Amino acid sequence: MRSHTISVLVENEFGVLARVAGLFSGRGYNIESLTVNEDPIDPTVSRIVLVTSGDDQVLEQVNKQLNKLVSVIKIIDFKDVDTIDRELVMVRVAVDDRTRSEFDSIVSAFRGRVVDIGPRSITVELTGDSEKIKGFINLLRPLGIKEIVRSGKIAMARSVQLNGGVRRSKEIA
Amino acid sequence: MKKLTGAQIVIESLIAEGVDTIFGYPGGAILPTYDALLDSKIRHVLVRHEQGATHMAEGYARVTGRPGVVLVTSGPGATNTVTGLADAYMDSVPLVVITGQVPTTMIGNDAFQEADVVGITRPCTKHNYLVKDVKDIARIIKEAFFIAANGRPGPVLIDLPKDVQQAQHTFKYPDHVEIRGYKPTIKGNPRQIERAVDAIEQSEKPLFYVGGGVQWSGASPELTQLVRGLGIPVCETLMGLGSFPASDPLCLGMLGMHGSYATNTAVCNTDCLIAVGARFDDRVTGRIADFAPKAKSIIHLDIDPSSISKNVPVDIPIVGDIKPVLADMLEVVRSRESLGKRRETWSKWHQEILKWQKEKPLYERRNGDGNGHISAVSVIEELHNLTKGDCIVATDVGQHQMWVAQLFPFERPRSLLTSGGLGTMGYGLPAGIGAKFAAPERRVVVVSGDGSIQMNIQELATAVQYNIDLKVVIMNNHFLGMVRQWQEKFYQERYSYSAMSVPDFVTLAKAYNAKGFRIEKPSELAATMKQAFATPGPVLIDVIIPKEEAVMPMIPPGGSMSEMLFA
Repeated sequence: MRSHTISVLVENEFGVLARVAGLFSGRGYNIESLTVNEDPIDPTVSRIVLVTSGDDQVLEQVNKQLNKLVSVIKIIDFKDVDTIDRELVMVRVAVDDRTRSEFDSIVSAFRGRVVDIGPRSITVELTGDSEKIKGFINLLRPLGIKEIVRSGKIAMARSVQLNGGVRRSKEIA
Repeated sequence: MKKLTGAQIVIESLIAEGVDTIFGYPGGAILPTYDALLDSKIRHVLVRHEQGATHMAEGYARVTGRPGVVLVTSGPGATNTVTGLADAYMDSVPLVVITGQVPTTMIGNDAFQEADVVGITRPCTKHNYLVKDVKDIARIIKEAFFIAANGRPGPVLIDLPKDVQQAQHTFKYPDHVEIRGYKPTIKGNPRQIERAVDAIEQSEKPLFYVGGGVQWSGASPELTQLVRGLGIPVCETLMGLGSFPASDPLCLGMLGMHGSYATNTAVCNTDCLIAVGARFDDRVTGRIADFAPKAKSIIHLDIDPSSISKNVPVDIPIVGDIKPVLADMLEVVRSRESLGKRRETWSKWHQEILKWQKEKPLYERRNGDGNGHISAVSVIEELHNLTKGDCIVATDVGQHQMWVAQLFPFERPRSLLTSGGLGTMGYGLPAGIGAKFAAPERRVVVVSGDGSIQMNIQELATAVQYNIDLKVVIMNNHFLGMVRQWQEKFYQERYSYSAMSVPDFVTLAKAYNAKGFRIEKPSELAATMKQAFATPGPVLIDVIIPKEEAVMPMIPPGGSMSEMLFA
């Protein structure tokens, strides 16, 4: 079992997310993370970035089954592709005089940004890959996390691939 | 330009698609379209239950190769089509099902006869639409027919709110479709076709395994030429029966759970399996690890990429429409003289299989069971005697279906109408009616069981209303026969709720204004069947068979060839 990120371009019409999600539930595939957005350049298209898990055979079926949906225009499969991927987290942490300096040093080490300050709590936002977000949350936890919201993952292929050459991610038309 | 109502646009669009027959049932939310239908030249068949309409449309589609069309109302009318949609989806049958819906302003309000039909049918249609604007109707109908019939065929549903049917718009039917997410691959990759022929040439014991895709593609002529040209034996799935003439010695009949000893032994021994428009269903493969264990290469031709390596890893995949792919393969085969040298090796392999057929034929005893009862096997044989095989056979699901598949030699494609993937009891009678509307000149026979026939018996009224010349043979053992067989073999003869009391089918036929016959003794079989078949109109023939007769041989579910049961 391994995690696997797929970016799916779909027609921007109602019910498409239900088609994609229904395909996963109906065939017993997992969705670990999901983001959906209208394409900022072409509003007739939406982009669904999802993280799924399974062995190679399952992942191949996920791609093929997604591709069978009439509303799916293109699948960009990030298997064996170097990607930049990002998540966003907002954490509201209980902070008092005793913990304030520790909080500040964690936030600055991670290049987090304070976005809201209350009498007994501070809210900080952070973007990064899954590991960075996980590390950040783990360090803040002892201070007392009051509320936490974390986005799904978005991803893009790097323009230069580590295995040499400039390569686009594998596209399945 | 003159404006039409949405309902009129629906009818004009259907006419533009060449639709001549609709199977349907009117109701509140679809009445505007029914009103427009009355003025058109399209023939409408009034069914007795919407499930019946979907199976009739399936029968129509299987015989003609064109999408079957269904028109029903919202709520229960639409939900009653779900089984037929699921059936068509599994067996790749092109349907266009139009359902009425409550007005757009009331959607989501739990209105009378409202159901989320697009939501309910999403997993059992190839695609579906909710039409929200009258100006989209023509485009959506054009797309629906294109999607249903192209690529791997399947059912498409259009949910049509009442206010959209009543709204007005100018009508222009689009002359082409542009769907950026739907572009099926038609032509096979030439390099892969070469590789496939290489693998066949290197094999000692090649075997064709053909499925329903051959029939949908209209590829029987190409398949027949290729098979005969190479001299390689062929086995067929339930949906593939008739793709290759059964009378040709190269035809080994059905493989899988109820395939013959010889056919399944051939699958176990082949070193090169050539799957054509088949999908490695569990009723074919049994335990995957033991399926075609000696195959050094598995070649798979299919229009649906997701069918390839889904259950069984494939060595040489060829994605494309079967007909052009086989035609290209024929070209390669013809240009390669070295293939001629393989004929002798392959002929020896064929002789080996024929020897297995002699060793263990299907059903040795064929005339009665020796206790004065009619043998099920003899019913199928008599059916073949009477029709000389020149008929369309529609079946239900269960023992009778497997007896037909094993014993009735299908010479032509599109001759067996049966529910393969979903296994829908109640399919046969409506499918047979649909077939008769599609091909009035052909003889249509329904073979059913006492359980299955009761699942859509109400369609007998439809057959009577339209005076359909249809013979329905009920193989009646007062049991859910296949359930009983499994309980006998795998549940220690504990017959949990599988015995069934049945109506007097002769009286029932009479009540419906149809004709009925009953046959109880082997001595009556031939004469009474003949008399019944000579009786015009819809006829029920109730044939009493013993409950103990089983479909044999049988590979237990999830089992392998070594576990095959013979009695």
